[in-house]
Amino acid sequence: MASHLQRKLFALVGVAALALTATACKGGNTDTGAKDKLDTPECAAFTDYKGIAGKTVTVYSPIRDADGKLMEDAWKAWADCTGVTVKYEGSAEFEAQIKVRVDGNRAPDVTLIPQPGLLESFAKAGKLKPVGDKTKAMAEKNFTKDWLKYGTVDGKLYGAPLGSNVKSFVWYSPKMFKDNGWTVPTTWAELITLSDKIAGEGKLKPWCAGIGSGDATGWPATDWIEDIVLRDQGPDVYDKWVAHSIPFNGPEITSATDRAGSILKNAAYVNGGYGDVKSIATTTFQDGGLPIVQGKCALHRQASFYANQWPKGTKVAEDGDVFAFYFPAIDPAKGKPVLGGGEFTAAFTDRPEVQAFQTYLASEHYANTRAKTGNWVSANKGLELANVSNPIDKKSVQILQDPATVFRFDGSDLMPATVGAGTFWKGMTDWITGKSTKETLDFIENSWPK
Amino acid sequence: MSSEGRVRKRLTSRTASLVAIVIAVLWTTPTFGLLISSFRPELEIKTNGWWNFFGDPQVTMANYEEVLLNQGLLSYFINSLVITIPSVLFPVAFSAMAAYALAWTRFRGRDWIFIGIFALQIVPLQMALIPMLQMLSPVQEALIWPYPTATVWLAHTCFALPLGIFLLHNFISELPGDVIEAARVDGASHARIFRQVVLPLIVPALASFGIFQFLWVWNDLLVGLVFAGGGPDNAPLTVRLAEMAGSRGQEWQRLTAGAFVSIVVPLIVFLSLQRYFVRGLLAGSVKG
Repeated sequence: MASHLQRKLFALVGVAALALTATACKGGNTDTGAKDKLDTPECAAFTDYKGIAGKTVTVYSPIRDADGKLMEDAWKAWADCTGVTVKYEGSAEFEAQIKVRVDGNRAPDVTLIPQPGLLESFAKAGKLKPVGDKTKAMAEKNFTKDWLKYGTVDGKLYGAPLGSNVKSFVWYSPKMFKDNGWTVPTTWAELITLSDKIAGEGKLKPWCAGIGSGDATGWPATDWIEDIVLRDQGPDVYDKWVAHSIPFNGPEITSATDRAGSILKNAAYVNGGYGDVKSIATTTFQDGGLPIVQGKCALHRQASFYANQWPKGTKVAEDGDVFAFYFPAIDPAKGKPVLGGGEFTAAFTDRPEVQAFQTYLASEHYANTRAKTGNWVSANKGLELANVSNPIDKKSVQILQDPATVFRFDGSDLMPATVGAGTFWKGMTDWITGKSTKETLDFIENSWPK
Repeated sequence: MSSEGRVRKRLTSRTASLVAIVIAVLWTTPTFGLLISSFRPELEIKTNGWWNFFGDPQVTMANYEEVLLNQGLLSYFINSLVITIPSVLFPVAFSAMAAYALAWTRFRGRDWIFIGIFALQIVPLQMALIPMLQMLSPVQEALIWPYPTATVWLAHTCFALPLGIFLLHNFISELPGDVIEAARVDGASHARIFRQVVLPLIVPALASFGIFQFLWVWNDLLVGLVFAGGGPDNAPLTVRLAEMAGSRGQEWQRLTAGAFVSIVVPLIVFLSLQRYFVRGLLAGSVKG
């Protein structure tokens, strides 16, 4: 019996060892005699990227699953033509893992980082390399100062902007609006009038929201506050608030938070399809707007990427089942404030192939190729609207390229992580479940690192 | 009546059985709900609870189709096996040898070493991640093996050893001293005693530690994610499952079916080895 078991054990070890050798052989021949295909006609667009064939670039980001695949498809032509192998990895645990990898000496070559605050901390710690001259020229050509600012640390550009999203959207059902004779509001006053009207009719509650998101619960509510600070107080106060040169519990933010509360904590307005005000905290962000398609809620403020959350078969278009309108400004004379987010291409190494890849991602060629694969928005000025296929992405690009737009990056991604990814989220969750505005803002102000 | 008999009688009384059944039902309900959910259409899963299934049964295989056919789970399945099998065999082998040495060879400071190893169990794995990664990075570069899988084996082995040595030490030190004395008198070396006397006697303990370790490694996300990364070349099934919900969690209905696909292997392992499991757990603890 014993020898029988031993033999089995040895067999298993043997199999494992065999598997090991087999796979080792598979991976052995990476950079011998690799050639680019830049002289072929289909590679004509990439002739600037010579001499890097046979090299490998590793890329790590939180973009994963379907979105990750679309992105890999978009840069595949570049990789095939230049002969560079791009190894992509997307992870749900990006924010925590990237720190572990950098500290553990296993940083990727390139990271697509959605938090300028995180980018800044890596840059200040000397981990990131500033972008090369070519990347810098490309980024400056294709992106506005508003955007470049967020990838710049101490005067040096570390991250070239890549994708973007627009958060200042209110989702609604064009069909429901038509059936009831409601019109899309274009000013704040109209928005409130419409909400009162819907609430008054008593058939459904006008607003629905959900801020649950695992250990990031609360972030959708922080977007609300940011969007309203931009509208209630303007971009200058917004910048000061994010940089903490005005206190979190000062009169400006208190006024904006109360204005957000006039919708989010108004029992007559929320929470369509789910219940009372408190149910906002227990509804996940993914489910927050779904009552719209069931006819139980009329309005849902959420970013352009919420388009992916609708059940299969829902038509997202101006004449479809759901669509979004721009979250209106309070004083249109002060411009068109837009809250949004996006990723930046930053690198931990500065090998030529890594910089070439960074340059390509900042180019208009990549922006248009990526737009054609679908489901993507960018503030890249070279992006042609005709290449953007779905209506909500088109609308986002229009807003981003509109000269009247005053763009501001999601503030919680710019604040120190203890606040922006910690007490701000928690504070807003407590605010929804019953804490007063003053208590909430005092709590967040006191948590700001000194 | 011996204490063992009293315990046995108390555990098999009617009340005890009832309590056990209630606990089992409570424990299984969420899994059962997940199973029901995995057969429900996406919109139903997302908008109402699984118990609504009984009022309005709508069955679909769409979730399983999506997970098995479109998500490329097979290569991750193989990765999981490649990671798990050595990560079980190494710690089982090393801790058996270490436990024998600590129990049956005499040298100065033996007890202190054992206490030291035992105490290491208190160190949370998370604290060791970054230093381990730093230590293992040069190891990985030195190997011809181009994939980080070897470092995952090493990491899992290191993290498993304290508990493994502790469990097996308890078991091995309970073996009758006469047997080992007799072998020694007959002129057997330590290696021979270990191989021919100790190993056959501790098979149940090895099996139960092996099952523990197997379930732990198979279900592990953290160590796999940190040491293997998330690419299709190395990442285990759990890493793929975590990503499968999509960039913004919009596809979480896939997790219902994905969870059941990943449960299959541990279930087979557990069911086929469970007789060892029970024996291994009892043999060390119950004395007449």
